[in-house]
Amino acid sequence: MGRKLLLEHINVPGINTLEVYRQKGGYRAVEKALKTLTPEEIVEEVKKSGLRGRGGAGFPTGMKWSFLAKPEGVARYLVCNADESEPGTFKDRYLMTYIPHALIEGMIVASFALGAKVSYIYVRGEMMPQIRILERAIAEAKAAGFLGKNILGTGYDLELYVQPGGGAYICGEETALLESLEGKRGNPRIKPPFPAIAGLYGCPTVVNNVESIAAVVPIINDGGDEYAKIGIGRSTGTKLISASGNLVKPGVYEIELGLPVEEFIYSDEYCGGIANGKRLKATVAGGSSVPVLPANLTLKYANGEPRLMSYESLSEGGFATGTMMGSGGFIAFDEDQCMVRNTWNFARFYHHESCGQCSPCREGTGWMEKVLHKIEHGHGKMEDVDLLWDIQRKIEGNTICPLGDAAAWPVASAIRHFRDEFEWHIKEPIKSQQQNYGIANYAVPIEKAPVTEEK
Amino acid sequence: MLKVEEQTPVVFSSELLAKFDDVITRYPADKSKSALLPLLHLVQAEFLWVSTSAMDKIAEYLKIQPIEVFEVATFYSMYFLKPQGKYAMEVCRTGPCCLVGAEKILIHLENKLGVKEGEVTADGLFSFRGVECLAACGFGPVLQISPEYTFYENLTEASVDKLIEDLKNK
Repeated sequence: MGRKLLLEHINVPGINTLEVYRQKGGYRAVEKALKTLTPEEIVEEVKKSGLRGRGGAGFPTGMKWSFLAKPEGVARYLVCNADESEPGTFKDRYLMTYIPHALIEGMIVASFALGAKVSYIYVRGEMMPQIRILERAIAEAKAAGFLGKNILGTGYDLELYVQPGGGAYICGEETALLESLEGKRGNPRIKPPFPAIAGLYGCPTVVNNVESIAAVVPIINDGGDEYAKIGIGRSTGTKLISASGNLVKPGVYEIELGLPVEEFIYSDEYCGGIANGKRLKATVAGGSSVPVLPANLTLKYANGEPRLMSYESLSEGGFATGTMMGSGGFIAFDEDQCMVRNTWNFARFYHHESCGQCSPCREGTGWMEKVLHKIEHGHGKMEDVDLLWDIQRKIEGNTICPLGDAAAWPVASAIRHFRDEFEWHIKEPIKSQQQNYGIANYAVPIEKAPVTEEK
Repeated sequence: MLKVEEQTPVVFSSELLAKFDDVITRYPADKSKSALLPLLHLVQAEFLWVSTSAMDKIAEYLKIQPIEVFEVATFYSMYFLKPQGKYAMEVCRTGPCCLVGAEKILIHLENKLGVKEGEVTADGLFSFRGVECLAACGFGPVLQISPEYTFYENLTEASVDKLIEDLKNK
């Protein structure tokens, strides 16, 4: 059994309440941090832990905190990014639903370390039940003296609020999130300046993912050095993995980084193998935006060595033979799944979610969706595959925010690894139409297949 | 081009305005525009959609221009700009949910309710639409119903039928 730091008490009845959470050692980190540590010492512990941002980028959290500008007389903010919208990723919903106090405790410790007097948890609007859970938990924490004025008699004041989003994937990008929190459209800002210098309301701001903030609690309780002993290489600690697709046991799992991918997929402790006795065809390891990998490269490197669940191992070989840890959104495709159809589905997602600010993304994502729709539904031409390759290359790296890359990589990797399947759809349109697409063994008739509306 | 019909002016109740005031206290005094998204949610929860008349009233309340509200309400996908059914069902249609049957659920809803995506049933009870990732991929197919955003997981055609019957008899 792997060590659990975040989900250790997930099955304890009532762990979503302050009372039970405290019985299991909750809020010790707040007591320790506010009463015995300085903000600088907390930042140092997080640096020592090696914690990397769990939202997808994997940037070292302690280093991010240390970049925060601290001019006198200017407010500083901590904003939690709970705008979980990456297809394949649902760990933050799980954590907020079942252990809301873990996030709140982390927010208090991190806010103290950063000198924030007001902090916000920006939750995607669709998660209204989670918003209500968090608001109830915040009220409990405040009543117990962990929030508000003069927390635990230490003289530190903190107000914590939950902000609902309006339904836009782009608000998961930190500057778009800040725009949204300011009551505007979620258009990403040009960087620099980075939020650490000019973030919310133009003030120094740190934006961290839910899981990153929750991980601060065990880091403070046990020390950064202890946390760094878990994991492998520069992938320290534990990671929540959201597993979905054709698995026997989809769900949220906490793993020690460095676990072999094969063990994660096939062992009973985790996903229990591929559903319905089928074979694994491909995976997306870190949410829909990371490159898709065929089964053989998911389980092993090109040289035959086992691939591990770690930031370095998953990216081994670059995008030619590797992928990324991303947000830990692990999607498994069985042998019946149609990779063209899946690529079209993801392209539709990114077209729908493009904020429209940059032309390559606004125009390119829609163009890719249309070409993929055409191929998938038996109307493609052979040159369309090269056209798709050309379009994605013109999007990648040419936009203000990473949504352009996120839209390009699934298409690029699908062509790279499954070009035969694209060509088969073009050469044999009737057969490809008659195939079971694996969508619950249901092939959608052409006239019913929805295409994203024009913007 | 978005077509918005003329609406009867809405009236915000004192209870709703009290909720507005509570939200506005969360931000610095000169940053009350931050309340815009939460206020739109509150209005939608009360009226089940956001009319241009309601947008204008929100603008007045926050002391911002009506266009600032309109551009936000039309940017985000959660705000309904025309009336929906009492139970507005939203089915996730993104990759992982489709791997386990989401498209089948959407077509089943169309057949069961006798209306197309975006339309409202004659009795005014139901409308449905496909939406992008609802972040519950391991429990798909999933749907949610506004304004409470109650969530239903691991859907089958049979469980959708039961859900619809339960809501009809509510």
